[in-house]
Order: sequence, then structure tokens, then C-alpha cells
Amino acid sequence: MTRLPITKTPKVYVGGAFIRSESSRVFPLKDAAGNFFANIPQCTRKDLRNAVEAAAKAGPGWAKRSAYNRGQIIYRLGEMLEARAGEMAEAIMLGGASKAAAAREVAAASDRLIHYAGWTDKFEQVLGSVNPVASAHFNFTVTEPMGVVGVIAPEEAPLLALISLVAPVITGGNTVAALASTSQPYPAILLGEMLATSDLPGGVVNLLTGFHKELIPTFATHTHLRALTGVANAEERKTLKLGATESVKRTHLLKAEDKIDWFADSAQSVYEIRQALEFKTTWHPVGA
Amino acid sequence: MPTLAPEKKTARPANRGHRPAPELCFGDLWEYDPSPETADPKLKPRYELFIGGKFVAPASGKYFDSINPANEQKIAELALGGAADVDAAYAAAQHAFETVWGKMPGKERGKYLFRIARLLQDRAREFAVAETMDNGKPIRETRDFDVPMAAAHFFYHGGWADKLDYVAPGRRLAPLGVVGQVIPWNFPLLMLAWKIAPALAAGNCVVIKPATNTPITAVKLAEIFQDAGLPPGVVNVITGSGSTGGLMMAHPTAAKIAFTGSTEVGKVIMRSVADTDKKMTMELGGKAANIVFDDAPLDQAVEGIVNGIFFNQGQVCCAGSRLLVHESVARTIVAKLKNRLRVLRVGDPLDKNTDLGAIVSRAQLDSIQAYLDIGVKEGAEMWQPPFRRPAKGFFMPPTIFTGVTQSHRIAREEIFGPVLSILTFRTVDEAIEKANNTAYGLSAGVWTDKGSRILKMSTELKAGVVWANTFNKFDPTSPFGGYKESGFGREGGRQGLLDYAKLV
Repeated sequence: MTRLPITKTPKVYVGGAFIRSESSRVFPLKDAAGNFFANIPQCTRKDLRNAVEAAAKAGPGWAKRSAYNRGQIIYRLGEMLEARAGEMAEAIMLGGASKAAAAREVAAASDRLIHYAGWTDKFEQVLGSVNPVASAHFNFTVTEPMGVVGVIAPEEAPLLALISLVAPVITGGNTVAALASTSQPYPAILLGEMLATSDLPGGVVNLLTGFHKELIPTFATHTHLRALTGVANAEERKTLKLGATESVKRTHLLKAEDKIDWFADSAQSVYEIRQALEFKTTWHPVGA
Repeated sequence: MPTLAPEKKTARPANRGHRPAPELCFGDLWEYDPSPETADPKLKPRYELFIGGKFVAPASGKYFDSINPANEQKIAELALGGAADVDAAYAAAQHAFETVWGKMPGKERGKYLFRIARLLQDRAREFAVAETMDNGKPIRETRDFDVPMAAAHFFYHGGWADKLDYVAPGRRLAPLGVVGQVIPWNFPLLMLAWKIAPALAAGNCVVIKPATNTPITAVKLAEIFQDAGLPPGVVNVITGSGSTGGLMMAHPTAAKIAFTGSTEVGKVIMRSVADTDKKMTMELGGKAANIVFDDAPLDQAVEGIVNGIFFNQGQVCCAGSRLLVHESVARTIVAKLKNRLRVLRVGDPLDKNTDLGAIVSRAQLDSIQAYLDIGVKEGAEMWQPPFRRPAKGFFMPPTIFTGVTQSHRIAREEIFGPVLSILTFRTVDEAIEKANNTAYGLSAGVWTDKGSRILKMSTELKAGVVWANTFNKFDPTSPFGGYKESGFGREGGRQGLLDYAKLV
């Protein structure tokens, strides 16, 4: 008699805990061959609000961590992903990717995390400045995290795109409420388990699965989200920008209709970190 | 005879405590002689639009008046730009970008900016007088701040034009194309320089609209663009109404729009371009906290409070309009402040002794007055020094409110006038909490003798600019811009320049 394998119940990672949607809604995920694989939480706007609340709670603590410490934690996330690379590749293959393509995506995602892990204690030196003002002041400009950032991942590259969008945001000291690919949500479910074992404090990254159509209007209008980054189609971009206006949210949206090469070196840079940073200039008096 | 200001009797007269030394009050015993600035502003009776390097009449043939808010007399009439003019300006800018400016080596572009800076310095006094007449701000400010700082911005950015490879390590900068800019009436020439100089340094061409109330120095600067030999179309100046500004911001040719003004109008503009890919810089409103700790040098702090809220009649987006005072020194500060306000001179902006000039327009004066009424109605205590309102012009005495709480509208909304709301605090944490309790986040001030406290406050305050033991200081090298609903993007410094370029 063959042993019946134990299947895993997919849960989303919010506030450091694994939860189902508060609505108990799920949608079925099928594998590439069309067979039932699992039920995925169909998160609601209430789930998003809870995720933002968790992110807001985690924010000050995460921002106050030393840059060195944040770097080690993001590096640790890379280690967790690398260690479970095979499992993650299988998750990506659910969407129809070949084994080689899936392995390549996981490797690129790990490398991306390592890239940003190394930026935590360097971007300030690249982006900040000391400014030679004409008066007797020590005038300097430093960066600060914006706060809670909403991240909207595209349908394709379900792991690499999500990590490419989330990593620069947390590198800068922000916390995140992210929405995974609707059609390929399982890599985000697995990523949650890796986040949980990476020393990243609960609430710093909150990952939701569900329907973009349902959640994007709430991403647009939630006033505690200080910025929105990600990939959206023309209609979604308009919704997001219109909603963002009400609280003067910063938006940095790539076009879903453009071909985005997430594997390219240009998909990672200190300027992606900059998108979720504020600049603060201080005039400090000089004198006895 | 000089008399002593009345002192309040206290229960323990032996202990002076924190009561200030009595001040000499001269009342109206002596008057200052008038000391008017007499330089010729060289104004024309009529100004046209500046499109493609030429002064041209508006398609509509319509003009509007610009008046001097200090005497309500007409200074000049200006072209009322409409849709056809805005189209023509964008076409001229696009053509200049494609054929000349976008291809020009940075070192050549930079030399034009240096020239503009020099020519503006040459005509500084003329521009200062014109600005004061158009805006109502004291000549002391236009002469010593607005005009020299505008020239400094051109000079600073001129130097960047051939050094763009140093702005963003690892990447190269490319211009965006044509930039549409709409600026406010509180620093007409300076805002023009803040907007135009970095845009040109990065290789963009510009269509800019000065505020309806204060268009004159913009069209005068266009004369300097001509004298500098700036290629036609690189900068186009469209004067007009608010709806002209709306046309400018939504124009399809604009690759980027930059706006300085109220948060309310900023949101209207953001909505109007929500379905486009235009880049944006928004410098919006503010309600800055100016925080005075008990260890601060109090006399210096009082000067800073005055400069924070009464500079340019308080019509400053980063004005220190909420004074947060350590409770133990609150009485002293208020007493010293009242003594100081008694000797502030409100009147003819062209008089070199004037501290507070005219409010920019009757509408703005009415809006400020409405806030005074609201403040009184909501239970705060209003105080103004003795004030004789001139027969003509839009004048407002410096005004302070005590007994203000955080929920009062005068503590929450941007008044944009010489009105200070005073609140108190006991602990550092309370000061931070109160200072950050606002939708805005443009600037903040901290007054203390302790360097470590300055840095602690600067870290905690959610504001783009933090002034320590000073206020309302600006410099072309120093990035300026807000958090939260005070907008996004920076102006000045390396950070501001990057907002006018794309990375390649």
C-alpha cells in the first residue's frame, strides 16, 4: 500500500503569523496539468487593512535596527531561500515554467536578496549628502523610510518580481503589505514560510494572495500606506494614482503592458531603494 | 516720555523667575522718517507672453491687471494666456528640446545659466523693487533674500550642467524633455529660479506660468533670457489665470510637471494627470512646528519665532505657524514675543525700515481674517499689537493666539498669513507627538542649547527640513521638500536635480 502524502494548507503570512483570509474565502489553484493543487486564501480589503496595521506596528522597530543588522537579516532570507530552492522551484513550475527556468528564477531571486542585503549600510552614503550652504550651518541630507509601502506584484515571475519589488523597500527600512500574483500565488505562500525563519521581525513583510481587482482600490485609498510600488495595467494605474492623491501617496508603478526583464542587472539598484525613501535636510548651527 | 511696559504682579515679586526684563516702550512718541527705496523698477505698461524667444500677444487678445497690494494701484497689464498660447509654448519648447537644448553639451548649457545669474545680479535692485511692488513683501526681503537667492540658484545649477555624471553613481542622467511648471505668488522670482534652473541644467526645456497675482518678475526675467542669448523656446513664460495653469499641467507634451502651491490645488492637478505617465514634483502646504525648549537662548529664539512666522507676512509654505513652547518658559516667551511685535513695523513695503509689508491680495487678506474669526470663535485668545491700518492696501498686523489646542483649526490648517498659534508641552516626547500630529510635513524648527537634542528631534520629526536654532533658511545646495501631504520630490542640491532627469 502506498502512503498517502500529507498536503499543506496554504496560508498567508501576515503580522508574523500564518493565517487564512478573515473571510474564509479561498480560490482553487491548479497545477500546470490542470489538476487540483490546493485552496489559496482569497484575501479581502479587511485582510489588507490588518496587514497594513501589522506593518505599521513593525515599522518603527525595523527602521531603528542598525543597517548592519538589517543587512544580515535580509542575507538570512537569501540563505533560507537557497536552502529550499528545490521546493520553491516546484512552486514556480505549478505555473507552467520548465524545471530549468524555475531553478533559474529561484537562483536569481536569492542573488537579488544578497544584492540588497549588501546595500543596507551603503545606500545612505550614496544618496545622502553634506551640503555646503553659505551660512554657518552644518547642513546635511539623510534618507528616512517612508513608512508602510504597498507592493503589487505582477502575474509573471511570481517569485523574482515579488522579491525584486519587496527587497529594496525593506532594505530602506520600510515595512510592506504586498499582494502576490493572482494566477501564481504559491511561491508567495512558500516565501512567507522563509520570511518566518529569516529573523525578519513579524509584520515587516506581509504577503497577501487574492484577486488584484478586489484589492487594488483599497491599496489606492488606504491612508496609512505612504507609497505604492509595483506593476499595474493602465486601468489599475489610474485607480491607484487617483486614490493615492487623497493622501498624497508616492506612486512608483511599472506598466504591466511593458515587457519587464526581472533577470537583468538593471532590475536591481540603489535607485529602487531610493523610490521608498524620504530626504530630510537638517540645518545644525555651527558655533561655540 | 518713554514709559515702562506694564508688568504683571506676581505672588513672589522677589523672585524674577523667568519674567523678562522690562522693555522700553516709546509708543508713538517718535516716528521713523520714511526711507523709501527709489530704484526704478523699469516697468512697461503692458507685458506679452514669452514664447519661442519672442514676446507675443495672446491669441485671445485679452489682458489682465496686476496691482500693487500696498496701494491697490494698477502696475501693468499682462497677457491672459489661453489654450492656443499654451499649445504654442509647448510646441516651441519641444522644438527647442529636439533641435538645440537637448543636444547641447552640458558645459555650453551651463554657461547660459551662469549668464542669467550674472545678468540678474546686474539688475538686482530693479528686480527687487518690481517684486515688492507686485507682491507687497518688504524691500528688505526682496533686496536681501528673494533676488540674490534667485541668482544663486541659477549660478549653482549652471555648474551642474556639465557634471551630471556625478549626480547618480552607477547611472547616467538623461533629460526628460519638456517640463511644465506652475508657481505660487509668495516668492515669484525665487520660485521661478528654483524651477527653471535645475530643469535647464539637466537639459530640459520649460513652459512656466507665474502666479496670476505676481507675474511681473517672470516676464522681466524673460528679458534677461533674451539678453543672455538663451536659444528661443528653451524657456517659455505664459501669464494667465488659474485655468491657464490647469491647461499647462495637463498638457500632453509635458513629460514632467512641477507645482508649488496649496495641497488642495496640488491634489486637483494630481487627479488631472492620474491617467498619464507624467513625472511630478509637488511642493505643497505646511503647518510647521517651531519647538522651543527651556534651555534655548530665549532672545535668539524670539527672533527666530518672528522670522519663522512673520517673514513674508507669513505667506510661506514652510512658515513656523505652530509654536510649541516648553511650559516652563512659555510665559517668558509670550511676553518677550509681545514686546518684539510691538516694535515690528507694518507698512509701505518699499520703505527700507518696513518689517511686514502688504498681504498679496484682498482675497488672501479676507481668508486670513476669516481664520482670525475662527480662532476667536473656537476659544483661543488673540493678541495683536496696536496697529493703524493704512487707508489703502491689504495690511494685517502680526497676530498671535495663545490657549490653542491641537484640535483648533488655527493649529491644523495652513493660514498663509502672519498668524502664530502657540501651544505648550512638558516633555520631549510630547513635543514630538504634537509636532508630528499634522497631515503636513514640510519643515520644523528646534530651539535648544543641546546638540544631541537637536539631532534627536531632527530624527523624530516627520518633516523634510529641520532648522535648529534658526528658521526659514534656504540655500541652492540644500534640498527642500516635504513629507506626507506637503508633497514629494526635492528642490535644490543633488537630490533636487535628479528629479529633473531620468536614469539611463
